[in-house]
Amino acid sequence: MSLDQLYQQIILEHSKARHGSGLAGAEVPDGASSGKSHQLNPVCGDEITVRVAVADGKVRELRWDGDGCSISMASASVLTDLAEGMATEEFRSVIGSFREVLRSRGKVAADPEILGDAAAFEGVARYAARVKCAMLSWVAAEDALGQAVSH
Amino acid sequence: MVATPAHLLRSAAALGNEEVLRIRNDFPILSQSVNGKPLVYLDSGATSQNPLSVLEAEQEFYEQRNSAVHRGAHHLAVEATEAFEDARESVAAFIGADPDELIWTSNATEGLNLLSYSFLNASLPGAAPAAARFALSTGDEIVVTEMEHHANLIPWQQLAERTGATLRYIPVDDAGALDLEAAARIIGSRTRILAFTHASNVLGTINPVAALIALARPTGALVVLDACQSAPHLPLDVKALDVDFAVFSGHKMLAPTGIGGLYGRSELLNAMPPFLTGGSMITTVTMERAGFLPSPQRFEAGTQKISQAVALAAAANYLSETGLDRIHAWEFKLGQRLVAGLESIPGIRVLGPAAGQERIGLAAFDVAGVHAHDVGQFLDSRGIAVRVGHHCAQPLHRRLGLTASTRASTYLYNTTDDVDAFLNAVADVRGYFQA
Repeated sequence: MSLDQLYQQIILEHSKARHGSGLAGAEVPDGASSGKSHQLNPVCGDEITVRVAVADGKVRELRWDGDGCSISMASASVLTDLAEGMATEEFRSVIGSFREVLRSRGKVAADPEILGDAAAFEGVARYAARVKCAMLSWVAAEDALGQAVSH
Repeated sequence: MVATPAHLLRSAAALGNEEVLRIRNDFPILSQSVNGKPLVYLDSGATSQNPLSVLEAEQEFYEQRNSAVHRGAHHLAVEATEAFEDARESVAAFIGADPDELIWTSNATEGLNLLSYSFLNASLPGAAPAAARFALSTGDEIVVTEMEHHANLIPWQQLAERTGATLRYIPVDDAGALDLEAAARIIGSRTRILAFTHASNVLGTINPVAALIALARPTGALVVLDACQSAPHLPLDVKALDVDFAVFSGHKMLAPTGIGGLYGRSELLNAMPPFLTGGSMITTVTMERAGFLPSPQRFEAGTQKISQAVALAAAANYLSETGLDRIHAWEFKLGQRLVAGLESIPGIRVLGPAAGQERIGLAAFDVAGVHAHDVGQFLDSRGIAVRVGHHCAQPLHRRLGLTASTRASTYLYNTTDDVDAFLNAVADVRGYFQA
């Protein structure tokens, strides 16, 4: 497996674009309930805080603050694009699919129909040391979503 | 025992690439390819590789002499005990200690925990009167430095928390050196323990042991030296350094994992309460109480790491015969080549002393716009093994304004070609990640 299969162009682009990045001063949208989760990768010290705002059974907005490698930053950016506007139940199931692919050591192929741009992270599954980088924001989002829905 | 290869017999000549290429023949693991490229192993600061003589010593022990030590009267028990205690003698001599002053541990982390737990035991009600000199309470201070590996920080944090003592630290300046003026203010009459690293695993800085000891001695503080990054790379003499305790890990000095050492002055070790208790460390046992053996058995409860100790002695022998002064001089060259090369690459910030200044043969650095994990992944694609992350030194990275860095660390089996292959790859990193 080559480096370019891990660092697909879409990942490199998202690692710079960082959609959804910036929590400071960003208010929760009116009428939405929200949850917030902080996750840390103790191996490298990378961390991320994700806030999920929910209204009418859908993800209204996802915002995050974080510092980390290109895989973790791109993953949070792609996650933001994917989540916003999605029904909360579907979002939960998409997170489950992403986790299944990432933890499969390359045995489970990513379905672009379900995962969209996040399918580009399929190659990460072959790099055991990097799976946590890709999962960090998704784990935070799952936790934040749980809080937002229970409010 | 395995005969020492002829080329390792001590020679006054400096180590050079030609000899290093011969040394590499003793390390089978280094001749493999990774991702289609010859392996360039620059992660010896994390763990080093084993020469054949070390692997053979361990195998020979299991094939010929394996048995429990210090018990049983049969032939193998005697042979194993002899091998075990011979190993202690060799490794003690390697660091300038007497054999009864060297306690086998799993690694430096365990050695530091042994000290902190022993001092905690000394601080509890009912401790033996001889242990009073190790007891800590409110008002006492433990001093460490801002550049410590977590292994030489967290045991002291825990000890302070449990005894009411205060943990203080000597800050690091922007160039990666300890602030000795601050040290002179911090180390004082309340200081009971001063624990610091001999050489930084991130900065490469070699700390001024004599200057720190000069500050500590008048206070009566116990001095603990973390020799993890020095014992493998430069001549170490714990008596000449005049420290009270020192720790090191075998796996960073050509030995297997699972073995390391704690040096302590004999009079201190024999007054300290035990840490782990059980078999092999006692005199008389009744259902109510037990008496304890003197050091080193006092701190070696249970069946020991016998084959690993034998292998560590073989590793120390390999290093001694190559010559620690020659290894140190060679790694100094490699370290300078690393730093000078890295400093000439745009967007690279080298941590620690600048080119031309003393450092051990490693360099940690930050690449502008590229995270250390990505740097390491890119280098791996070229067959180059480095360490990425905080290197178990989060406070130091925070001090330097970073969460992570990339570290290349050399050893006696690295050539200047290894360093150049690494530098060429680093020069391509920012382009690849469009930074």
